[in-house]
Amino acid sequence: MSSRIASVAFNTFREAVRDRVLYNLIAFALLLSGAAILVGQVSIDIERLVVVNLGLTAVSLFGVVIAIFIGIGLVSKEIEKRTLYTVLSRPVRRWEFVVGKFFGLTGTLVVNTFFMAIGVFLALLYVAHKFEKMDAWVLVALYFIVLQFLMVCALALFFSSFSTPLMSAVFTFALFVIGSLSEDLRGFARIAQGLGGWIATSIAYLVPNFSALNVINQVAHGDAVPGRLILYNSIYALLYSAMAISGAVLIFQRRNLK
Amino acid sequence: MSATRRVNWVASVVLLVSMAGAITTLYAIDRIRRGATLQDALYIRSSKTLRRISLGYTGLLADIYWTRAVQYFGYQHHAASADFRLLGPLLEITTELDPKLLPAYQFGVNFVAPKPPNGAGMPKEALALIQYGIAHNPDQWRLYYNLGFLYYTEFNDYAKAADAFTRGAQVPVTNEFMPILAARMAQHAGEFDTARMLWFTTYQSTTEAQIRQNAIEHLRALRVDEDVTRLEEVVTKYRQQTGKLPATMSDLERAGLIRGTPLDPTDRPYNLMSDGRIEVQDPDRILFITKGLPPGMASPQPKVATKD
Repeated sequence: MSSRIASVAFNTFREAVRDRVLYNLIAFALLLSGAAILVGQVSIDIERLVVVNLGLTAVSLFGVVIAIFIGIGLVSKEIEKRTLYTVLSRPVRRWEFVVGKFFGLTGTLVVNTFFMAIGVFLALLYVAHKFEKMDAWVLVALYFIVLQFLMVCALALFFSSFSTPLMSAVFTFALFVIGSLSEDLRGFARIAQGLGGWIATSIAYLVPNFSALNVINQVAHGDAVPGRLILYNSIYALLYSAMAISGAVLIFQRRNLK
Repeated sequence: MSATRRVNWVASVVLLVSMAGAITTLYAIDRIRRGATLQDALYIRSSKTLRRISLGYTGLLADIYWTRAVQYFGYQHHAASADFRLLGPLLEITTELDPKLLPAYQFGVNFVAPKPPNGAGMPKEALALIQYGIAHNPDQWRLYYNLGFLYYTEFNDYAKAADAFTRGAQVPVTNEFMPILAARMAQHAGEFDTARMLWFTTYQSTTEAQIRQNAIEHLRALRVDEDVTRLEEVVTKYRQQTGKLPATMSDLERAGLIRGTPLDPTDRPYNLMSDGRIEVQDPDRILFITKGLPPGMASPQPKVATKD
């Protein structure tokens, strides 16, 4: 079972690399080095802030865009190219195919993030000339970004299991935006009352919570991230991804592929 | 059980368990990150920067900041905290993003000016807020009313209060009480009537239930303060006429100084004390009263939850 999942995952990763997904690293490197040099010349004392803010924001947004646009095509492309039938005619179960695809895409994003993280730290070294203790929190922010990717990949895969690529992209992106504002949403739900309040609270707790995974501002200012938040965010991201993948498996199991 | 059914069962169980787990974890995350969104929001204190970031959707951003200000005040108030230091910046950003957002000035003044636990106890900040509002909305009588009210209640500055009401009376669409309030402030006359008119105008000019209720409580308190003042004057008069203090309210009635037994707003008779003072029977039930209280008792204020 695990070898079949690993095979699907590895092939997904290989296909993403073949699709020149990692080319985004060039754009990222240009953006970051350009910003590091430019800000140093036109501003005062915010070089480190800009590198951390811009770097981590770029890592997050580049990754989310990749997760959405590759995630939505994972199933539909296989159906369109008719390669899915070849895969499923071998002893690969449908759920193994979905889970393998998920791991393949998250693997691609982890590799992508790893190289981007190196870029962020090189830019930091360039502007500050040395690493400081507080730079370690940037690693936590990067870890949270990876957790964010897990959830986005799972959601993209979930929507692509029953919808067209275009609609899947719209749904996933919409949920990403809503999820990024989810703490506000829960705040609003708390002050709403009656049936409206109950509905708002239910929705607020069901949409993904990306707000708590975004600590970019915090680490840019050198503030610590509580250990409990790291633990709970990890559990939350894993559970939410498991929920979306389970949904995708349930739908894909029932899908008529003829 | 077939393999497909087994997969379906497992996937369904995983889905439900992970959903329940995710919601529980999210609840725990919220407890850790209480106020974090607010802190995040205030990392950017420049409304100019926010304007650029908002891509021109400043109205929506102002609405979000206003809601955050309300939530922040509500949370601190509920926690019986006296720390409202983020309220000023939040309102400042809100009104700079949308200077026409009238509720932010009108209700903002009610949050910012009064002393804790009813407000943040920052009258100077409240003054700056309402003056900024008037500068951007010079035709809104309510803002002049809020300004006059603020000068009257927090600064006891009758001249400036009169000036604010006068300016408010001159805008094209105004309230009938504005010129009267201006005149009363200028004369410094009829404290109870003036206060009653102010609270009545507050009651009349808002649809917000909490503010209306607050105005009602103040109007009830004013009635008690006025009743107690009047009854104590009657007691003094009785003493001057008879050379002794009345033993009961009936003594005053028999002397023709009052008609019937006076009742407080909770329909309980006022108590005549042995030293000639007048007290309400249950002072905790009538908020904001400053008279008719047992010796040493502070004016009753709305109850707030204590910190957990």
